Amino acid sequence: MQKKAILIDKKDNVATALCQLGKGDSVQVGVEDFTSDTVLLENIAFGHKFALRDIQQGGAIIKYGEAIGLATKQIRHGEHVHVHNVESQKGRGDKQ
Amino acid sequence: MKFLGYRRSNGSAGTRNHVLVFPTIVCASTVAQMISGRVAGTVCAIHGCGCGHVGEDKEQVIRTMVGFTGHPNIAGVLLVGNGCELITPDVIAGELAKDGQRVEATSIQEAGGTSKCVEEGVRLAEKLLAEASSIERESIDISELILGLECGGSDAFSGLTANPALGVASDLLVAEGGTAIFTETTEMLGAEQILAKRAGDAEVERDIYEKISAAEAKAKSMGMDIRGSQPSPGNIEGGLTTIEEKSLGCIRKGGSTTIVQVVNYAEKPSRKGLVIMDGTALDVGSNIGLIASGAQVIAFTTGRGTPVGTPSVPVIKVSTNTDTYQRMKENIDINAGVIIDGKGTIQSVGKQIFGELREVASGKVTKAEILGHREFDIPTLGPVL
Repeated sequence: MQKKAILIDKKDNVATALCQLGKGDSVQVGVEDFTSDTVLLENIAFGHKFALRDIQQGGAIIKYGEAIGLATKQIRHGEHVHVHNVESQKGRGDKQ
Repeated sequence: MKFLGYRRSNGSAGTRNHVLVFPTIVCASTVAQMISGRVAGTVCAIHGCGCGHVGEDKEQVIRTMVGFTGHPNIAGVLLVGNGCELITPDVIAGELAKDGQRVEATSIQEAGGTSKCVEEGVRLAEKLLAEASSIERESIDISELILGLECGGSDAFSGLTANPALGVASDLLVAEGGTAIFTETTEMLGAEQILAKRAGDAEVERDIYEKISAAEAKAKSMGMDIRGSQPSPGNIEGGLTTIEEKSLGCIRKGGSTTIVQVVNYAEKPSRKGLVIMDGTALDVGSNIGLIASGAQVIAFTTGRGTPVGTPSVPVIKVSTNTDTYQRMKENIDINAGVIIDGKGTIQSVGKQIFGELREVASGKVTKAEILGHREFDIPTLGPVL
């Protein structure tokens, strides 16, 4: 059966959709013996990320077991995680 | 854990037993190809280098030629020159002799033209082939393997399936005492702090920052701002949020172990474990740099599909999705798309890649080898004068 979403590393607090997912969908992801359940609070497009737990404003977004950016506002479990609520720590030349 | 490889007189371990016919200058390409064409069982690698190199470029081209022709997968090498070039067979042969490589050489001017040089070359290549054919595989510890990591024709699945799975295989090899090398410096941009945190010591940490900022500065000097434009609007639409995330999708093929060393393009690591090679993001040039750095097997992830192989080192292709695997089955060895299909996990595909690595190192031919893919290139730092 086609997998709905993927978790790369146990430490991650986001998972990535492998197909178009809808608001209210229940999604389970896991690595080895670790699993995590989420009810989506909004639609998530293929390739986009959703939160596996609540993330505080200023908290790190963890994917690949590493911080890929910081939350610019409180993100709830099941919310879309993208440029509207995440800021790069490194990406901009003027911010080095 | 062991594999079956070729033990060379200098102590190094090969996964193949090739006789290579190699022009040290572009002018000798045709003669080299003629010789190789007449001696079945030899391989040939042609390129556009050998003259007009200065400074750092000259050093890198020579280092690449020496590393490639002196590689443990080469049982013997016939160097072919013209005679008046900067990098004559003598330049390379002198370096190879220090390392105990079996080498013969011929030059067109000295032999008295194309036909005579081909005749002499055929005689020498036949001799090398006869010698090589008596060497047998033996049991060698897997800690002597250096796995080159490469990705090309990436897609939205690369960072989710094939690269993380290859990362698992890298971790397994490093856990066995082996070495994995990843490269493509521009693709590390934005993740330098993350990589630096994984550095084994302060020198490695400094090298990571230096190499990545040099790659960025070089792109800038040619009018390209890599960092400012990342991730691209297309990347963002596809779900990539930050440059860190994009870079990590590439870097993850190196797994999660400590970075023990940073080496220059075509430079051999002196430590075992996970190594960064500073170098081009162009696939063929990356492959050849990894070989010159000592990789005896390359694992290559691809989203869109790519056919490339190398003249001397097997390349294991891993597709990121099942569509590409089905379309290009004859080119692809392992399908990481099963992770999406629910028929495998990052861990299970990683273990499959590691198993394949052992088998390929021991002699199992890859799809690229079956099809005869032997792409070769030496990247130049320019300008060539």
